Amino acid sequence: MKPAPALAEGFPDLSGMRIAREPHWFRWLSAALIVLVLAAIVRAFAGGQIEWSYVSRFLTAKVILEGIVNTMVMAVLAMALGIVLGIVVAIMRLSPNPVLKTVAAGYTWLFRGTPLILQLLLWFNLALVFPTIGIPGLWSARAVDVMTPFLAAFLGLGINQGAYTSEVMRAGMLSVDIGQYEAAQAIGMGRLRALRRIVLPQAMRVVIPPLGNEFIGMVKATSLASVIQYPELLHNAENIYYANSRVIELLIVAGLWYLLVVSILTPLQMLLERRFARGTLRLAR
Amino acid sequence: MTKPLVAIRSVSKSFGEFQALKTVSLDVWPGEVMCLIGASGSGKTTLLRCINQLAAIDAGGIWLDGELLGVREQGGRLHRLNERAIGRQRLKTGMVFQRFNLFPHKTALENITEGPLQVQGRKSDEVRAEALELLRRVGLSAKADWYPAQLSGGQQQRVAIARALAMKPMLMLFDEPTSALDPELVGEVLAVMKELARSGMTMMVVTHELGFAREVADRVVYMDQGAIVEQGRASDVLGAPREERTKAFLSAVI
Repeated sequence: MKPAPALAEGFPDLSGMRIAREPHWFRWLSAALIVLVLAAIVRAFAGGQIEWSYVSRFLTAKVILEGIVNTMVMAVLAMALGIVLGIVVAIMRLSPNPVLKTVAAGYTWLFRGTPLILQLLLWFNLALVFPTIGIPGLWSARAVDVMTPFLAAFLGLGINQGAYTSEVMRAGMLSVDIGQYEAAQAIGMGRLRALRRIVLPQAMRVVIPPLGNEFIGMVKATSLASVIQYPELLHNAENIYYANSRVIELLIVAGLWYLLVVSILTPLQMLLERRFARGTLRLAR
Repeated sequence: MTKPLVAIRSVSKSFGEFQALKTVSLDVWPGEVMCLIGASGSGKTTLLRCINQLAAIDAGGIWLDGELLGVREQGGRLHRLNERAIGRQRLKTGMVFQRFNLFPHKTALENITEGPLQVQGRKSDEVRAEALELLRRVGLSAKADWYPAQLSGGQQQRVAIARALAMKPMLMLFDEPTSALDPELVGEVLAVMKELARSGMTMMVVTHELGFAREVADRVVYMDQGAIVEQGRASDVLGAPREERTKAFLSAVI
């Protein structure tokens, strides 16, 4: 065996030399500028016509706390309805049956195509269209009694959410490789079982980030239900400032609560993502 | 007189303008190991997919174990079977895919037990014991709780073979089972398939592994442009082909 050829001269030994740290002058300068601007804004608000004592007093007022509870109850329930509808509609949309496909597309078109606040008002005022509702001969009731602010908000928000969620779910299902359907079929699974056991669990991994986004949107969208008298956070804050005229203070209170809730939701989403990431990471064992 | 396990009669299949199968007829006998060879686009994969009904045929008929696949005859007409009936017919065949198609959110063991538990509705302890035995048979006892992403390509394909066997099929279909593997991993998959062939399983194997065909196949079928060009004993078709197209293909491959 021949010895390795000698290496050429003229290339100095760099081992032992460290890579120098850059000073990053511009980062320091821009950070200082931003701090200055923020300080100016804080100073302006501190000196503005805001009674901060009202903010701290109403932050934990009973009516406000009830409002945030109602907001969260509505957001969770309406989102649950939206996800159920979204999965069903997405499955219909991807079905080979043209009737199901068209119905699903029509639903998405209708509820994405009109403003949410308009849909809420329509549900709430359903009694103007149908004074009594029910099943002929079995049961009937006055629509005004049935269509409470709670039910109108639940239906309006949930059905609207379903239209958006169906598109998120459809994207998730399309992201699963066609080979997964085929492998499921090859072990004798029907379409629905393959969807439930094989495709949807894999789609969940893809849809959780956008669904987290949608849920955060939902928490804030519940504030629209204030126009139909549902006692959520913004509605209750408004009721207080109608009485005491502390408009800005109470809007700040509501804003702080929305911020807090959304801040808590982000780490929860990460936990969920980890749950559905099973099998996708090359974990060391 | 024994009957063929698979009887394919005048089967045609087109994808749009492209005619993938042109009136193909073929018998596969119980216990036979058949290798299908040919260039890509010759129709050999489509033929397997038609037998497993992942693709519906346009004309002709396929009988598996004496049962007409995908359609039933009534009043002089053919009616398509519903999804449930097709699913039941698929249980007689096991399919191994080129790209494995293991379920990535399930462990090796769960991949194997999914069909017997969910589709066949069998008892879980019995299914589990069988699945562990299958894993042992493909040499992966130690990997039962591993996810597909943690396994090499060769290991994944062996799990996929075990998954197909768990349904106790009468016929195993292999669609280029080693084409997606790194060269050093091909041998371990072929070894499992050889063992399966020796155990008497009826197999149809679409492959480019002519060495495997020569060693294991009872019959080699050469396809080109959607038709069977030549078939016979492996030594004859591979060693002394009669047709010019077969000779051209073999000299291009080797």
